[in-house]
Amino acid sequence: MCARRLFRCLVRWLTAFLAGGITLHGGLAERQALIAAILSEDGDAQVELVQKLVEAPDPVIDSTLTAWRGGSLYLHEAADGTKIPFLLSSSTDAEGRARALRLLDDQPIADEKGVALQLAPAEATAADTSSKLRKIIKTTLDLRAIRDPNPQSRRDAVTKLGQEQNVTYLPHFEARLATEKEPEVRRALEESIAQTQVASADGAVRVQAIKRLGEMHSIVSLNLLQTLEKEAKSQPDRYGKETVTALHDSILAIENYLRVGNLFGTAFRGLSLSAVLLVASLGLAITFGLMGVINMAHGEVMMVGAYAAFVTQNIFESWFGRSGRGFDCYFLVALAVAFVSAGLVGLLLERGIIRFLYKRPLESMLATWGVSLVLQQIFRHIFGAANVQVNSPSWMSGSFVVSDVLLAYNRIFVIGFAVFIVFATYLLLTRTSLGLQIRAVMQNRAMASALGVRTDRVNLMTFGYGSGLAGMAGACLSQIGNVGPGLGQNYIVDCFMIVVLGGVGNVAGTVSASLGVGVTDQILQPWLGAVMGKITVLAAIILFLQWRPAGLFVTRSRSLEG
Amino acid sequence: MARTSNKREFLVLALAVLVGLVLLPCLNAYTPADSSFHISTFTLSVYGKYLCYAVLAMGVNLLWGYTGLLSLGQCLFFALGGYAFGMHLMLLIGKLGQYKADIPDFMVFLEFAKKYPATGGLPPHWVPFKNLWFSLAAVVVVPAVVAAIFGWLAFRSRIKGVYFSILSQALTYAATLMFFRNDFTFGGNNGLTDFKVILGHGVNEPVTKRVLYILSGVLLLLVYLFCRWLASTKFGLIQQAIRDSENRVLFSGYSTAHFKLLVFVLAAVISGLGGALYVPQAGIINPSEMGPDKSLEAVVWCAVGGRGVLVGPILGAIGCNALKSYATHAYAEQWPYILGILFIFVTLFMPKGIVGLPGQLTGLKRKWLRRTAAADLESKRADKVVTP
Repeated sequence: MCARRLFRCLVRWLTAFLAGGITLHGGLAERQALIAAILSEDGDAQVELVQKLVEAPDPVIDSTLTAWRGGSLYLHEAADGTKIPFLLSSSTDAEGRARALRLLDDQPIADEKGVALQLAPAEATAADTSSKLRKIIKTTLDLRAIRDPNPQSRRDAVTKLGQEQNVTYLPHFEARLATEKEPEVRRALEESIAQTQVASADGAVRVQAIKRLGEMHSIVSLNLLQTLEKEAKSQPDRYGKETVTALHDSILAIENYLRVGNLFGTAFRGLSLSAVLLVASLGLAITFGLMGVINMAHGEVMMVGAYAAFVTQNIFESWFGRSGRGFDCYFLVALAVAFVSAGLVGLLLERGIIRFLYKRPLESMLATWGVSLVLQQIFRHIFGAANVQVNSPSWMSGSFVVSDVLLAYNRIFVIGFAVFIVFATYLLLTRTSLGLQIRAVMQNRAMASALGVRTDRVNLMTFGYGSGLAGMAGACLSQIGNVGPGLGQNYIVDCFMIVVLGGVGNVAGTVSASLGVGVTDQILQPWLGAVMGKITVLAAIILFLQWRPAGLFVTRSRSLEG
Repeated sequence: MARTSNKREFLVLALAVLVGLVLLPCLNAYTPADSSFHISTFTLSVYGKYLCYAVLAMGVNLLWGYTGLLSLGQCLFFALGGYAFGMHLMLLIGKLGQYKADIPDFMVFLEFAKKYPATGGLPPHWVPFKNLWFSLAAVVVVPAVVAAIFGWLAFRSRIKGVYFSILSQALTYAATLMFFRNDFTFGGNNGLTDFKVILGHGVNEPVTKRVLYILSGVLLLLVYLFCRWLASTKFGLIQQAIRDSENRVLFSGYSTAHFKLLVFVLAAVISGLGGALYVPQAGIINPSEMGPDKSLEAVVWCAVGGRGVLVGPILGAIGCNALKSYATHAYAEQWPYILGILFIFVTLFMPKGIVGLPGQLTGLKRKWLRRTAAADLESKRADKVVTP
């Protein structure tokens, strides 16, 4: 958080520099007050001057105070003996020297010869501070932060100050609460007020505050309450019985709330992982069910889709720039591009290699593995071995919070997309003539062929569709994970497991297998860690197949070789 | 017919043994280093590794070529055998390591002393590996037990074909993940390495390398003879019948699951033995050695050489690895292309591998001859029609 604030200061600094004089005049009086505070010789008066800066809206005060506290605000003694406070420009020359910029108007300071001063930090005289003054500056900065125009940072600042349980902040919180409009910040303010009151010596106020925190399900104050409970139990006469019961109730309420939240969070994460796995393995399941061929290059077909998204993004960026409505549309186009390009790769693969190997499924695994090696290396050659950066469009980045569980938009999109894909596939299989033919070939290839179904063409189309799905899965993955030449390898074993677990060529089986694997994985992860969780899931699948060797959903048939 | 082919096989075998096991080590030991006949210790050790890979490929062939089971996890057993022997070698390092401690370096580094104070930092399951005979037994037993458990689970529920391949791949993938973990106590990412001595000799001494090379050759010979014998027994016949039509064997009253299980365990033991000899020659064993991609590579050696034939995997393993050594050196960037295209080419155009190539060529030749003869006939007929 500290880094973020520093970054914000830096951004403000830079914008102040860029905007030049325009913003300066507005805050001239404030800057003068700031300079007066810096130059004040009398300690008490200085403290008072600094404290007065709390109300000033100009952001330059934050950056200057931060610099002052950190020892990077400097004083320049002019020829006439007056002192001029200044900051060093952020751009330095080769020797680490930077231009000295006057605090008053951000203009360079000129020396006797009229040349702009260039100084290294070590050469300049820093404005001195005492530890007491530094504390005051920090408090001032903190109190300024709860007036920050950005609600997010305002909330963070309030939450942070609430943890300190400092009574002096209380009036500031209350004053802010009276004018605050943002519900999130209001909640944070109420929380912080209650937290501060918990430390109060007055028993009634304390009990009230504790109850209030319990009612608010304030997760941030759980730690605080637990420490207090320990203390209260060891010294019951100091805190009184009521405090102890109130603490107990509130902690229980918060913990229950947390438990529900965790459950919900696990469910959401499990669902989102399931969706990814589902989109990735659906194509594989269909082609495997139809042709009995395992496409080991399936992961690389996904990779093709992910890189298609990357290329589309770059094209849109060159057309519309890095943001804006035009750029935001790119992902929808990318999905289509990914489907088409991956589908084409699939068609080529089927025509060029797989159709010769339908009678030899084991060998087809080897050949497609070879294809995957070649594809990986091709992409490594074109795009480099490092991961490429695929930016999310603005409508997919960010998240919202439901009962303290973070729901990221991109994950929700993937879940929705998985539902859409399953629905589309279901329609394709049940409502189109191609679907009818696919099902006929799946059930009895020889009979379908005898009745005039062109099994060869059905194979080709299905393989193309399955590969297209994989491509779209890759495009989706580009939004939630890294895109690199190894993308496919990360998912391929999971995909195989889901196909085996779900039963061959069965949409319902694939859906339930992905849900099972995804949710189980997320439930196990907090206990066992990512790796052991994965191993446990793999072991569980092998054991599960003891019970149902053909997977969850079996297509019944009278043929000997199922 | 049978006798002449036997005689020819015996001759080839004798020649291979003479060159591989006698001539090459002699050239290494008794010719001066600057002689053009000299074979450096390094080269000999590289050949030794090829021989170990050939043993691994024999295991793959026993499963795939003779029983029709394509295991994509055979390297797991190779690595398990390697780890079992590597553990013994690690404990032989003693105070010669970086930290001059009694326990292997990575255990010092990972502060195992806190975790296993009773044994001075050595995890309890490492202790018996101080004994050479125990670790040699483990080389055989550990892969056998893992194979037996997995095989029993798989074959009992009649998992076969592609399913079996996928599951064996998942098994080796899971094992790789496990071995990558530091708290699995097998050195994590780095695996076991920096061996110093073996049976009182430095691992890098020419004599040690030579002996290890000869041992690898002998192992390969023994495995070859064993597989040859096995294929001729009734057991071997049933095994091949399972490959050709499992259901018929099943309906004839044989419990195919038991046969397959036994073959699977045998192949695991063979691979494990290869791994155990590989480790002191390579000087390292780490989890990437058991990954799914390595296992697939081993399958391809077998496919390239020709499966279902005893010499196939030997030719394939040695040929592919020689190519790999050369290509990764000369065309590092292009190696994945070469390997990938090799996978595709062999499966599409050389289903019988190198061994089957002469037969394939004769077939092609015969076809071509027939076609030209037919064309001749056609043209003669055409001539006849034109002339009158």
